[in-house]
Amino acid sequence: MQFGIFTVGDVTTDPTTGRTPTEHERIEATVAIAKKAEEVGLDVFATGQHHNPPFIPSAPTTTLAYIAAHTERIILSTSTTLITTTDPVRIAEDYATLQHLSNGRMDLMMGRGNTGPVYPWFGKDIRDGIPLAIENYALLHRLWREDVVDWQGKYRTPLQGFTSTPRPLDGIPPFVWHGSIRSPEIAEQAAYYGDGFFSNHIFWPASHTKQMVQLYRRRFEHYGHGRADQAIVGLGGQVFMRKNSQDAVREFRPYFDNAPVYGHGPSLEEFTSQTPLTVGSPQEVIEKTLGFREYAGDYQRQLWLLDHAGLPLKTVLEQLDILGEEVVPVLRKEFAALRPAHVPDAPTHPSLLAAAGGGHDSTVHAVDDVTGASPESDHTATLEVTK
Amino acid sequence: MTFHIAVITAGITQPSSTRLLADRLTEATVRALGAHDVGDVVVEVVDVRDVAHDLTNNVLTGFASPDLQVRLDAIAEADAVVVATPVYAASYSGLFKMLVDVLPKDALRDTPVLLGATGGTARHSLAIDHALRPLFAHLGALVAPVAVFAASEDWGSVDAGRLGERIDRAGTAFAALISGSTRAARVDPFEDVTPFEAMLTDLRG
Repeated sequence: MQFGIFTVGDVTTDPTTGRTPTEHERIEATVAIAKKAEEVGLDVFATGQHHNPPFIPSAPTTTLAYIAAHTERIILSTSTTLITTTDPVRIAEDYATLQHLSNGRMDLMMGRGNTGPVYPWFGKDIRDGIPLAIENYALLHRLWREDVVDWQGKYRTPLQGFTSTPRPLDGIPPFVWHGSIRSPEIAEQAAYYGDGFFSNHIFWPASHTKQMVQLYRRRFEHYGHGRADQAIVGLGGQVFMRKNSQDAVREFRPYFDNAPVYGHGPSLEEFTSQTPLTVGSPQEVIEKTLGFREYAGDYQRQLWLLDHAGLPLKTVLEQLDILGEEVVPVLRKEFAALRPAHVPDAPTHPSLLAAAGGGHDSTVHAVDDVTGASPESDHTATLEVTK
Repeated sequence: MTFHIAVITAGITQPSSTRLLADRLTEATVRALGAHDVGDVVVEVVDVRDVAHDLTNNVLTGFASPDLQVRLDAIAEADAVVVATPVYAASYSGLFKMLVDVLPKDALRDTPVLLGATGGTARHSLAIDHALRPLFAHLGALVAPVAVFAASEDWGSVDAGRLGERIDRAGTAFAALISGSTRAARVDPFEDVTPFEAMLTDLRG
């Protein structure tokens, strides 16, 4: 099982000091958090994609490639990649490049984005969110699997004889997760392709997650990718920890009360009882996290949100220390003991490579494989004949 | 067979004239349903005051607390709904609208709904027609033609008797609507004449 963190990348005022970090500080903090996640033994770091203030991650592959160059082991992912408003051709190119630069140490999670005005800025309409996610991903899926693509759809310009470069590393397309909170169409999409399904989980009652994960598992089996309990499931989580539960509650409360998503609404106590948020001791986090399995089944990836609502970098790094030292080692052991042998791990580049019986270079050279001629040399030959 | 009626009441005070109107509309409906074959009638009352904070939280977070969820489920699963709201600033109350805002999509589509409203003066009585009817038309509800507005004066004057009659008429018509009758039986004033003594008794109140 993989454990990691995901970030939204919000620039939020620290309600206890009134200080707002600069974008530069927030970008540097994101890199520091990712490096620390690897240092404390986590498996995954994922960043969101946003194109409006107060968020900084508008260019996720730039940030992830930089982090890849400064880490050795951690898997880099997204939470989420906007499959609706980002051209699938650019996603194919950007993430294939990231795959090469990180040596396969990456995957990505598709999401739609819920901010209405962002869509028209990219020439789209939020009311087409689901059809955009379906059409764009269908194209992306082909771009990574077919060297030459002829394609025509509703939302982007047609492609004739198009080759997305670079081709995926070792001929293995990056593994894809699909993230959604309540749209059954997205669970169905993930099941159809045999891709992973990630339930955001946080900010919502467990009943939403249970419904979506059950649908995905049932349809995963229907499409013949394996048994329902072998489907690839990821869950979000949100925690704040201190050695003593009361200290955690006292320190986190002002951040909770003023948080952008749920602030000035339910109390911390109501929200922790109604959603996966855990504010307390490492032991409480362990217990609550193990409880997710009861309604989501044996799952493959657990990502936590740690760095939001204006929490200072120093605090986030302390939280990572607690996760790495006291929480994740216990969870690894407990989850492994509970999981039946036939439930697989989340696919990684090495595991997909092994399943494919090894890799092959899939570079498409601008040369016809049959005649050995390229358009340029044809042109030269014609010129020579004319002479 | 069980017939479920959900009652939404948005009165704030204790006791509340809005709650009183909701209860009397419900009683009149249940009584009139006795003449139709709808089985046992179960009434579930949703008093929005009880979930005022939960409604705010739902608007902010996008999900219902367990306490609110059972109420939303009762409304969505009801065979018929009776609503009563006070009129504030020429319309239904804000708290009432918050409940409507967080109902699941299509929760009231094709559901028969009986409308009631209360206000300080009878000059607000058209609020039912210019505020509540368009709202429930948007929700796709089957809105009963007869609705009841109760002004303060209706509860304690010669008009109080007429309020009782209006409530009975609304309940009878609603019972006919929800039990599938096309219309309530017509009273023929030439066949079924009101005895003069009864007219005199009515006048004496």
